[in-house]
Amino acid sequence: MRQFSYSRPTALSDAWDDFEHARYLAGGTNLVDLMKSDVERPNHVIDLNSLPLNKVEELPDGRLRLGALVTNADTAAHPLVTERYPLLASAILAGASPQIRNRATNGGNLNQRTRCHYFYDPDMACNKRSPGTGCSAKGGRNRIMAILGTSEACIATFPSDMCVALAALNATVTLAGSQGERSVAFRDYHRLPGDQPWQDNILLPGEIVTSIDLPALSFGPHYTYLKIRDRLSFAFAIVSVAVGLQMESDVIQKAHIALGGVGTKPWCVPEAEALLEGKTPSLSLFRDTAECLLRGAVTDRDNAAKLRLAPRVIMRALSQAADGTPQSQTYKSIS
Amino acid sequence: MTDLSVARPCRLEINGKSYVADLPPCVTLLDLLRERLDLTGTKKGCDHGQCGACTVLVDGKRVKSCLIFAVSIPDAKVITIEGLGSEGHLHPMQQAFIDRDAFQCGYCTPGQIMSAIALLEEGHTQSREEIREFMSGNLCRCGAYNGIIDAIEQVIAQQQKNRTGEAA
Ligand SMILES: Cc1cc2nc3c(=O)[nH]c(=O)nc-3n(C[C@H](O)[C@H](O)[C@H](O)COP(=O)(O)OP(=O)(O)OC[C@H]3O[C@@H](n4cnc5c(N)ncnc54)[C@H](O)[C@@H]3O)c2cc1C
Ligand code: SF4
Ligand code: FES
Ligand code: FES
Repeated sequence: MRQFSYSRPTALSDAWDDFEHARYLAGGTNLVDLMKSDVERPNHVIDLNSLPLNKVEELPDGRLRLGALVTNADTAAHPLVTERYPLLASAILAGASPQIRNRATNGGNLNQRTRCHYFYDPDMACNKRSPGTGCSAKGGRNRIMAILGTSEACIATFPSDMCVALAALNATVTLAGSQGERSVAFRDYHRLPGDQPWQDNILLPGEIVTSIDLPALSFGPHYTYLKIRDRLSFAFAIVSVAVGLQMESDVIQKAHIALGGVGTKPWCVPEAEALLEGKTPSLSLFRDTAECLLRGAVTDRDNAAKLRLAPRVIMRALSQAADGTPQSQTYKSIS
Repeated sequence: MTDLSVARPCRLEINGKSYVADLPPCVTLLDLLRERLDLTGTKKGCDHGQCGACTVLVDGKRVKSCLIFAVSIPDAKVITIEGLGSEGHLHPMQQAFIDRDAFQCGYCTPGQIMSAIALLEEGHTQSREEIREFMSGNLCRCGAYNGIIDAIEQVIAQQQKNRTGEAA
């Protein structure tokens, strides 16, 4: 690994002061890995772990604030999360392994990089890692790559599970930097690759994610996180679906849906959510919803299977949510 | 910009002993244990967080030591496989791995044992499926998975027996 200097500020404003050619370190489960692979080459690493961003708090308006430095494991186990946002807890538990979730933080999860194999190999052309070099995945081995939101420049998926639930939940991200504080809708936080695939999200240089805020929302038992992958555990999603339905007797009042594994960012289509509103659940309705969610999908050499798999996973997830039988992340049979 | 070659203070408690030194920040906890402290029980499998061979406890939680810079966990209490038992006085989990034939080559075993001990603390042990799911961060190339779960169940059974024994 290349040498770098290290600092550990205790106040936010000291963090971004030092930012040039630097990277922030949270749990390190992605950054350290990428530094070992020589994909990330910071001169300076700014360890965020002494900043006061490690609390889960209820806000006066009923929202729940998840500090950026709270670990994924602690978030998934927090009583207010398991009670009010079991969809989020489920998505977190579907990702990585217990050891990784013990270190990985909420802020780091949002800012993790793609798992595209070519991105990880500095000898290969990759516009995301080395702008302007081309995209080895296009026409290459691209079974795991995205089918939605791709561009000529990049077809990589955004790999997080947690973020799929956060998109479904319509969370908000709060940021702080030298230009002050701001908050953005979670669904607008990640960027489509377009012709600037190296820019994964809207974070400005030096800006820090301080928290993720969850709206006051309840689905009762009408939610699910369904993740299909190459092995039953400890693998990234090929297709995943987060669904939360607000139901009254048999009628869907409001639907919250996001897809993982298929998009260059957590994938949401408001028109698809609107399709479900005011309707009673049925397979044909779910088929139409899946079609709407996947509209515009483009496959490449090896990933056409995602387009056949995705509608099935979406329909199954919608049925699970409607039936109030959320997918267990321990018992893997799919009901 | 700070000088790149500057070592940083690292203060840890490793298996009950205090460790203080200046270290280059790029040294991972795994490399510190193996290369500088001769604690080679903790294994390097993939060095990328994917196999679990390097699992240790940091402040009681299981983590992958290959993805942690040693300077980034000031004052942490680290427990490695060497900190569990001694010859003739094995930790119950170590003994159970022997009793249940829970390894072949043994390379993944220290990581499996550290992970299993944390698993019992976490309490994700209601069924074989649950144990399997919450041990999925530890791969075994020899495929000793059934033995590993048997060993974990043996320790759970012993603990339950001890508890009812105390109650009686
Ligand atoms: C083997 C393996 C398997 C995995 N499997 C899965 C999986 O199945 N599903 C899944 O969802 N994830 C998976 N992950 C990814 C894991 O969830 C991420 O690595 C983790 O969430 C990153 O969090 P961190 O705190 O460790 O981030 P770090 O590695 O510390 O940081 C990651 C990036 O985020 C930036 N950053 C961190 N915090 C902030 C902040 N507050 N503000 C601004 N920037 C910040 C850092 O500068 C860095 O660029 C896996 C990881 C590994 C190693
Ligand atoms: S898909 Fe994106 S990340 Fe992968 S090689 Fe192409 S440009 Fe790089
Ligand atoms: S060596 Fe750390 S997980 Fe493989
Ligand atoms: S015993 Fe050989 S890798 Fe597990």
